[in-house]
Amino acid sequence: MAGPTPRRVDPDVDLRVPEDRGELRAHPAVVLGVIAAGGVLGALARAGVQAAFPHPPTGFPWATFGVNVSGCLLIGALMAVVTAGRVPPLTRPFLGVGVLGGYTTFSTYVVDVRQAALAGAAGTALAYLVATLLGALAAVWVGDAAAARLLGRATGSHAHPTTPGPAGPDGARADGGPA
Amino acid sequence: MTALLIALGAAVGAPLRYLTDRTVQARHASPFPWGTLTVNVVGSLVLGALVAAPVGPAVGALLATGFCGALTTYSTFGHETLRLARDGSRLLALVNALTSVAAGLGAATLGFAVTRALVG
Repeated sequence: MAGPTPRRVDPDVDLRVPEDRGELRAHPAVVLGVIAAGGVLGALARAGVQAAFPHPPTGFPWATFGVNVSGCLLIGALMAVVTAGRVPPLTRPFLGVGVLGGYTTFSTYVVDVRQAALAGAAGTALAYLVATLLGALAAVWVGDAAAARLLGRATGSHAHPTTPGPAGPDGARADGGPA
Repeated sequence: MTALLIALGAAVGAPLRYLTDRTVQARHASPFPWGTLTVNVVGSLVLGALVAAPVGPAVGALLATGFCGALTTYSTFGHETLRLARDGSRLLALVNALTSVAAGLGAATLGFAVTRALVG
């Protein structure tokens, strides 16, 4: 079904992408270590934003909204850069899986929606639910488009650098897959 | 101290998301992002349970902010949904968005209710 060069749907790990398939077996401790380190940085940044902008149970959770939408903007840009190739092999695990995965949160999002609804602020709950979803999707799109444009300018081409690109095998061992 | 506990929880949650995602994908060769849905639903279930439980700020920092926050992800969910839509699977994108939100809310509610019933 998927084409010959499957495009990454899941930015964390997409087993249809050869590099992703091989990375854990090649360097398990390094890959998990950079993901953990990135996750720590992302989670601390999120906690800092949430502590700086607290919200009452019936209020709009601006901090988590801002975290999730800005994280989506960044993942769109990051994946455009990663897809264009020529980034160090641990870029995606560290920044995408670790930092941005640790920074954004789905669990707090649904629990905040639920709590606002139960606190009698059904309108706020619904507005927050929909605004985060639509804001996140728009942000991924804007991040991807902006990065693609900058990359195109940097390489002096008007083509779409985000369209597949062979996701270049960096260095010698790329996926090192022992089949 | 709080920051240390958040860091500890996140250091476990983020790699666990990656490993869970890999494991789920290895069993379901489907364009639908089952792996991310799994971590988001499980994390919502745990956070719902924590909200209902009488946990102190230290456990909250470790498990709620650190672990659940790093286990679940909005950036991956957002990227997958947009990617599905742009790759011509608009129906899958819509199903993913609606299923994730509904299942996450359901899981949080279930975690909350079960914990309330147990704790009293």
